[in-house]
Amino acid sequence: MTPVDYDAELTRAGANASGVWGGLLFLARRQPLGAVGAVIMALVVFAALFADLIARCDPLATSAALSLAPPSAAHWLGADFLGRDVWARIVYGARISLAVGLGSTALGSAIGVAIGLASGYLGGWVDLIVQRVVDILQALPLLVLALVMAASLGPSLRNTVIAIAIPLIPYVARVIRANTLALRELPFVEAAKAVGMSEWRIAVRHILPNTLAPLIVLATAQLGSAILTEASLSFLGLGIPEPHPSWGRMLSESAAEYVRTAPWLVIFPGIAISLAVFGTNLLGDALRDILDPRQRS
Amino acid sequence: MSAPPVLAVDGLEKHYPVRRGVLRRAAGHVRAVDGVSFAIAEGETLGLVGESGCGKSTVARSVLRLIEPSAGTIALAGTDITRLGKAALRPFRRQMQIVFQDPFASLNPRMSAGDIVAEPLKVHGHGDARERDARVASLFAQVGLSPAQRASFPHQFSGGQRQRICIARALALEPRIIVADEPVSALDVSIQAQVINLLMDLQAEKRLSYLFIAHDLAVVEHIARRVAVMYLGKIVEYAEKRSLFLAPLHPYTEALLAAVPVPNPRLRRKKRLLEGDVPSPVNPPSGCAFHTRCPYAEPRCRVDAPRLQEVAPGHWVSCHRHAAE
Repeated sequence: MTPVDYDAELTRAGANASGVWGGLLFLARRQPLGAVGAVIMALVVFAALFADLIARCDPLATSAALSLAPPSAAHWLGADFLGRDVWARIVYGARISLAVGLGSTALGSAIGVAIGLASGYLGGWVDLIVQRVVDILQALPLLVLALVMAASLGPSLRNTVIAIAIPLIPYVARVIRANTLALRELPFVEAAKAVGMSEWRIAVRHILPNTLAPLIVLATAQLGSAILTEASLSFLGLGIPEPHPSWGRMLSESAAEYVRTAPWLVIFPGIAISLAVFGTNLLGDALRDILDPRQRS
Repeated sequence: MSAPPVLAVDGLEKHYPVRRGVLRRAAGHVRAVDGVSFAIAEGETLGLVGESGCGKSTVARSVLRLIEPSAGTIALAGTDITRLGKAALRPFRRQMQIVFQDPFASLNPRMSAGDIVAEPLKVHGHGDARERDARVASLFAQVGLSPAQRASFPHQFSGGQRQRICIARALALEPRIIVADEPVSALDVSIQAQVINLLMDLQAEKRLSYLFIAHDLAVVEHIARRVAVMYLGKIVEYAEKRSLFLAPLHPYTEALLAAVPVPNPRLRRKKRLLEGDVPSPVNPPSGCAFHTRCPYAEPRCRVDAPRLQEVAPGHWVSCHRHAAE
C-alpha cells in the first residue's frame, strides 16, 4: 500500500481553508457554476431586502403621461400601461416572487419529506393509505389543485404560498419514498438496527441524508414552477392581490396585449424569472455536490 | 461443561409466505431456513457454508433478530432472546454484532468513518464525545487503520479498509460474538487473507466467537474450528473441521470440496462437480432435498427424508448412506 499523505490530501479537499473567505474562494474554484448561481441569488435577495433603496421610485405610483413609455434614462426599463415604473416593480416584485418561490418550495418539501419518509420506512398499511392519497393528489394538475386551494383560502401572500406548496407534496413524497424503500434494505441500515438504534433515529440519521440529492434537484426545479404558478394564480385574481407587483403577474398581464407594442413589459419580468430560476438551479446543483462527501475530494 | 455456549440456536426456521392473486393469499411458503441448530462456545468459530440461496444469510439475520424467525429459539449465553421485545433486546445487542458481505453498502456514504464507528457507542450512551473519540481512535488502531483516517469518508477507502471499518464498528460495543456474513467474499484474494488474519488476531485477543458464513470452503478451512454445511435451508453435515475436510460424508460436502480451486495447475483432481441449480425452496424436492443432484441417489432418497445423525463422535450428517441402522 502506498503511504497516504493525510495533510496534503486534506488540504486538497479544502479542510484547512482558512476563514470564511478562504472557504468561499475554495468553493468558487471547485464549483464555478455554483458560485455564479450564488451571486445571482445574492443579487435577487439583495434586491428584495433593499427594494426601497434600489427601486428609485414608487412601484405603485401611476402616471397617465408615462403610459407604455419605452425604456429611458429616467425609467430604465420603461413603464407599463398605467405608467408604473417597470424597474421599481421588478425590484419590489423580487420580494413576493422570492417569498412565494422559496416559501412554497420549502413548505411543500418539508411536508413531502416527512410523508415520504414515514411512508417508505414504516411500510405496511401506513404506506398503502399514504400512497393512495398521494395518487389522488397527483391525478389533479398542479395548477388546478393550486386554483382550488387558492380559491378556498382567499387571496393573500400566505395563502398563495400554501396553495402552491400543497400540489408539490405528492411529488416530493414519491421521490423520498422510492429512495427510502431502496435505502432501508441496505446493510448500513441493518447494521444500525443490529446496534439497537431506534427506528426514528435510523430514519433521520441514515436514510434522510441519503435522499438529499434527488430532493435538492426536485426542489430547485420546483422553485421556478412555483414562481410561474403564482403568476397564473395572480392573473386569475387568486394570487397576490393587486396592485402589489409580482414577476409572474407582470409577465402574464402584459404578455397577450403588449408583446408587440411594448415588449419591455414582457422581456424584463421574463428575464427576472429566468435569472432566478437559473440561479437556483445552479446553486442547487452545487449544493447537492457540496453536501455529498463523494464529490468533495 | 458448565458455562452455556455463547450462542445456541435450536430448530431455527424462517418461512416467507409466497402471495399470489388479487387477495394476496399465501399460496405457499419459502422455507428459507428449515430447522437449523448449532452452538458456538466462547472463543470458537463455526463456519457455515452453502451455495447462494441456501439460507445462510437468513440464519445470520435471524440470529441477530434483524428478521423475526418463524420458529425455534436463539439463546445468547444461556438467555433466550427469541421473543424479547425491542427494549429488552437492546442490552443483548451489545453482545452480538454483524459484519456484512458488501463493504460498499455497509457504510453510510454520508458519514465519516469515525462517526460510523462511534455510532454504536453513542446509541448505547458510552462516555462523552471526548472519551468516544479516544475509543474510536483505539478501535481504528486495533483493526489496522490509521486513527488519522477517522475524518475520511467511506468512498475514500478501499474495499479491505472498509471491511476493517465494519469490523471496528462491530467491535465498538465489545461483543462476545460476531456474525460475519461472507465478510471476505467481495474482496481480492490477497485482501481476504489480511481480513481473515485480522479476525483471527482479534479472536485470540478478545476471546471472541464467530459465526463465519462463506460460500467458499477454502476460507472456512483457515478460520473455523467446526463447520456446518447448509443445503436448501437445512444443515446436511456438521463436524470438526479436520474430519469434515479429510472425510466428508455428505455427497454435497464432497462436491463442495471438489469445487475448491487448487493453486497447483499440475495437480488435477478427479472432479465431481455438481450439475444443475439449487431447487426452488418454494417447492423443495420430496425426500432428501439433495436427491435431484446427488450422484449416489437411491430410490428411497426420493421419498424418505434423512435425519441429521451423529455417525461418528462430533460428526453429524443427514444422508441415508451413512445413517445408523
